[in-house]
Amino acid sequence: MSLITTPNFYKSGKRYFRDFSPNDDFYELLIDTHRDLSDEQSNMVNAKLILLLANHIGDMDVLAEALKAAREDV
Amino acid sequence: MLKTYSYPKFDFRLPTGAGGSKVPRYPAVVVGAGPVGMAAAIDLAQQGVPVVILDDDDTVSVGSRGVCYAKRALEVLDRLGVGDPVVNKGVSWNVGRTFFQSQEVYNFNLKPNADQKRPGMINLQQYYLEEYEIERLKAFDNVELCWKNKVVGVEPADDKVTVKVQTPDGFYTLETDWLIVADGARSPIRSMLHLDIDGKIFMDRFLIADVVMEAEFPPERWFWFDPPFHPGQSVLLHRQSDNCWRIDFQLGWQADPEEEKKPENVIPRIKAMLGDDRPFELEWVSVYTFQCRRMNEFRHGRVFFVGDCAHQVSPFGARGANSGIQDTDNLIWKLKLVMDGKAPESLLDTYSAERTWGADENLMNSTRSTDFITPKSKTSLTFRNATLNLARKHSFARALVNSGRLSVPCFYTESALNTPDRDAFAGDMVPGAPMDDASITVAGQDSWLLDNVGNKFVALVYAPDQAPTAAAELAGLPIPVTTIAVVPAGGKAPQGMTAFEDVRGTFAKTYDAKPGSTWLVRPDQHVAARWRSFDAAAIRAALARATCNA
Repeated sequence: MSLITTPNFYKSGKRYFRDFSPNDDFYELLIDTHRDLSDEQSNMVNAKLILLLANHIGDMDVLAEALKAAREDV
Repeated sequence: MLKTYSYPKFDFRLPTGAGGSKVPRYPAVVVGAGPVGMAAAIDLAQQGVPVVILDDDDTVSVGSRGVCYAKRALEVLDRLGVGDPVVNKGVSWNVGRTFFQSQEVYNFNLKPNADQKRPGMINLQQYYLEEYEIERLKAFDNVELCWKNKVVGVEPADDKVTVKVQTPDGFYTLETDWLIVADGARSPIRSMLHLDIDGKIFMDRFLIADVVMEAEFPPERWFWFDPPFHPGQSVLLHRQSDNCWRIDFQLGWQADPEEEKKPENVIPRIKAMLGDDRPFELEWVSVYTFQCRRMNEFRHGRVFFVGDCAHQVSPFGARGANSGIQDTDNLIWKLKLVMDGKAPESLLDTYSAERTWGADENLMNSTRSTDFITPKSKTSLTFRNATLNLARKHSFARALVNSGRLSVPCFYTESALNTPDRDAFAGDMVPGAPMDDASITVAGQDSWLLDNVGNKFVALVYAPDQAPTAAAELAGLPIPVTTIAVVPAGGKAPQGMTAFEDVRGTFAKTYDAKPGSTWLVRPDQHVAARWRSFDAAAIRAALARATCNA
């Protein structure tokens, strides 16, 4: 399995009538998670989030690919 | 400033019977001759209801204001007989491009399925739409459009609404059975009735300019995040009619609106954007802020709120005027049934239920766009820029880029008027769905599905092998249902039935049609119910449900 870079957000059992909806659902959830946090707190949330998701993915090849993609163009 | 448009000036008049010793009584009064109020008035007039429109001004919208009219609004305008002039004058477009700094990162096509009459969107200055609606209203002898009639008092009662009006000739009072309020975002009538509208104001300011110039940009929506010519902010460009271009510059909350509006401050911004010495003229400039909010209920007894007075959204997505036109599309057929005693007043509550549902979807989408375009924290800005950075290379990130989710109609999936499916269907045309258009031929003539349904209840039956014997009975109901066959290309309708020939197979595909499949569709072109076979008893039950007669 390689890193998925095509649109991939969904919610089980939820019917979407517009393609943009699942993407926007996720983005709102992400921004809401940071609401009312200081920059320092947000950085901590982001770091923890990366660790949680990395463990969920587990596959070291996928993670290496993601880490590389994230570092490009910064 | 240049003028590509001369504003008409309309004469003041009183509605017939007003101003005398007797208080006149009307079946329906609309307040506000904007695009939404006039859509309501045309719809009423088409249904044979005499209508009085009161407006405190004597001309059309000043400045381009509502510019983008979406496919669904155009379909409603088609039903109202205004679609052609609007589309002919407007600039049709389907493609939007989003740039980050100097590079395109994302584009969208509003109409990937082309077999529909109307484009995804047109751009047209609001004053033209209003002008065409005024023209259309002249076709009816039961409409009185009364300029310089300013509503200063509203007194609702159980059996009528009493309205006090100020004119250049003094005050008068009228009574109406029903009052449709379309008096805009600041809604004086909402205040008179002490009704709240809840939501939030966005702490940002935008400069909006109508610029007349010769330019070769294609008819597309172009949106920039952080462009070199306006660093750190966003810019939006739309082509309108008459070589008039609409440019929106994000300014930030600290900007001084009066200073920013001065031509000596606006012109350098436009020059920087155009990047050359091409000549242009400013036609109209404004600085705006916006709010995202709605009223709790859009019906208050005999008073209905439609359009901006009921709900306001951010402009990114063109969900304001478009959703207002959808409000009237939803309301008028229901009001007509209640006026005629064919449905109980509870049907009018479903106007509020369905359109607050729609407003919430519009508010959600436009708020999300605003949050993406104008991030409220350092972290939000980092995520926004990370998304734009990844979007250059990765399609998942392009799908997250949100420069506005352009107006599309909502699906009334939770509406009490829907009859839940008992049979299995694929596709999106579920109960509550706004009908998708399709090319058809009718009696050998090229036509469109949505030009042939609407204004009444219709049962569409796909490829019937014989005319349903109960069709005549359905047509004779107090609320008649017209039964029409949809046949595959080359197919024939059973004798005695009108046929829509599905020449390109678009209907069959979109609606997941199989021989015998039947849809009951509402006067506002939403699906009320569907079955795999024609069942007159089921249609009657669904009709009763869709009109609160169950």
